[in-house]
Amino acid sequence: MDGIVLGFMYALIALGYTMVYGVLEFINFAHSEIFIIGAFVGVEVFLLLEASGSLAALNPVFIVVALLLAGMVASGLAAMGLERVAYRPLRGAPRLVPLISAIGASFFLQDFIRLTESIWRNTFYLTYPSLDLLERSVHLGAAVDVPVKSLLVILTALLMLLALYLFVNCTRVGTAIRAVAQDPDTASLMGIHVNKIIALTFFVGGAMGGAAGVLFGLNYSLINPYAGFIPGLKAFTAAVLGGIGNIPGAVLGGMVLGLMEAFAASYLSILTGGAFGAEYKDVFAFLVLILILVFRPKGLLGEKVREEGV
Amino acid sequence: MALIWGLGLLGYISLSSALVFTFPRSVIAFVFFEASLFWVYYAPLSFKMKCFFGALVLVVLLPVLGSVNGYYLEIAIQVGIFVALALGLNIVVGFAGLLNLGFVAFYAIGAYLWAIFGSPQANEFLPGAYFPLSPSWFFVFLLLSVFVGALAGVLLGLPVLRLRGDYLAIVTLGFAEVVRALVNNLDKPINLTNGPRGITPIQRPPLFFQPLLKLFGLETDPATLYPLYFYFLVVVLVLLIVTATRRLEDSPIGRAWKAIREDEVAAATMGIPVVRMKLFAFAVGASFAAAVGVLFSAKQIFINPESFTFMESIGVLAMVILGGMGSIPGAILGATAVTVLNLQLLKGLSLWLNSLRQSGLILHLPLLGSIDLSQIPAQFEPAKYERMVFGLILILMMILRPQGMLPPRREGD
Repeated sequence: MDGIVLGFMYALIALGYTMVYGVLEFINFAHSEIFIIGAFVGVEVFLLLEASGSLAALNPVFIVVALLLAGMVASGLAAMGLERVAYRPLRGAPRLVPLISAIGASFFLQDFIRLTESIWRNTFYLTYPSLDLLERSVHLGAAVDVPVKSLLVILTALLMLLALYLFVNCTRVGTAIRAVAQDPDTASLMGIHVNKIIALTFFVGGAMGGAAGVLFGLNYSLINPYAGFIPGLKAFTAAVLGGIGNIPGAVLGGMVLGLMEAFAASYLSILTGGAFGAEYKDVFAFLVLILILVFRPKGLLGEKVREEGV
Repeated sequence: MALIWGLGLLGYISLSSALVFTFPRSVIAFVFFEASLFWVYYAPLSFKMKCFFGALVLVVLLPVLGSVNGYYLEIAIQVGIFVALALGLNIVVGFAGLLNLGFVAFYAIGAYLWAIFGSPQANEFLPGAYFPLSPSWFFVFLLLSVFVGALAGVLLGLPVLRLRGDYLAIVTLGFAEVVRALVNNLDKPINLTNGPRGITPIQRPPLFFQPLLKLFGLETDPATLYPLYFYFLVVVLVLLIVTATRRLEDSPIGRAWKAIREDEVAAATMGIPVVRMKLFAFAVGASFAAAVGVLFSAKQIFINPESFTFMESIGVLAMVILGGMGSIPGAILGATAVTVLNLQLLKGLSLWLNSLRQSGLILHLPLLGSIDLSQIPAQFEPAKYERMVFGLILILMMILRPQGMLPPRREGD
């Protein structure tokens, strides 16, 4: 169960990496911070609602939806802003240049969140208030208790994945995104506004990350500006695992990684006779990444990626 | 012309050192002083004169000033360590064009190599009680670390060097995380690294020259001697690395690296053994980092996994990029600038803001109205936000000057 929840979480974050990679062919290293921005905006809205005393009066479902929307919009806008400021001026530069800029953006955002929260709340470790509904669990069949939190993650993720699938495959804008991913120059000849589409891709990817951020916060309560880094790295691993640039691949990669990690956390110590415990799950995840890249450099569902020099 | 430059330099050096001497706490004076090395490098003087001035600053003045304020010596040692690291990474990223985000892993390997055997730690998993090794083994390990580092570089390089650009970057990052997690957790089943508690006390290098000093009638105590000793060790190490890097750069190997960086396919077509050259770049960079690691652990006496986070890798990368990828003076300048920024300017700014806050002044600005300085939030301390500064540096450099402050001179330009 933990594995599935983790898997959906990774899948949602991995979508942001993979969509951006699809259109621009570069790793948006700052996506982990876009993700944590979602978590922070979510907690801020939550705390404001709590402070105004309306938490008890409102329907918990409404609260959760409001948090998700707030996180999505904030993260989406942040991702768009980031693209405008830190990546667009670098388009067409050698590939390492935007990657380094993205690493810079990631570091900048981490401390920027810390600074704003420090000034605003005098601390940068924030806790999500608890909702009674989320603390319960649902009976499924005999002796299987599913926490509502886990159900929330799974349902939201499924809904968003479905929406994304429809958006990318069945709308005109989605077609435009796919066209830009295939060939930006030709797409622009066909009357597609490439810059707008790229900004939109960042928004959609960021929004997915923001939703994942809010879900992360609701699930684990305690967040800090640096908490996004490791989930982000693992989500990237998931994206690579599934074949970067490939949307179903990101979901598959997320699920595989989440399940494997949960498996490692619970069985690694049994398998190795207690020598290596759950603390090695990160090592395990990264070793999997290295192995996959060595034997299948294009990922599980890898597409042919254009070769354009390094 | 040369005479004017020489006299000017001499004037600058003596003025700045006098400033540091009179204001031993002033950060600005020290930066002013450090800049003299920069001028020495750029002065149109003969090589001998440059050596003379460089030696004057590095061998005579800095140690003397360091004895006025020990903190300066500490900073000089730190700068030296980072210069050596940046030069190592410069080979991998700058010359061969392979983005390595896990450089700190090799540094950690070197540091732990000496930490484990230069402290009682090795007794935990080896029979007998031979450890800690005597201080004179330090130099053996310094040499050994070069080979161990190179081996680690090759071991990482072999499977991953087929990957291109950004994939390689992420895999090296993953490798560094794996090394850190291993170091953090290998206190059981067998206690190799003592886990998050770290290893202490680590042996320092031998004071083999103490009898010699006694001969000259200098009675010295280790407390003042060790910083000076480490300072000179670092200077020697950096000089060795600079020489090695310059030799490599002008050799067929260096040219092969640059060819690979510019166009891998073309390089392979011209008969360059691409994979072997990339492996060699990895190995050389890693061996420099490991050697610096040995020195670092001997200087610190105590190390734990906290010293080898991703932040360190990015810090070193920022130094290389800031200075100019592929340029030796650039790497040195970048490392100096970032370390001084980190250790002196940001801390200085924090102290200054603190004093402003306590003074409770009210500032009247035109347009903005008046600002009560005691209202500056206590959380706003520049020293805590080094990531923000690094991040800004990286973004701005990439947008405004992707070639760095001192880009390498290219033949044929």
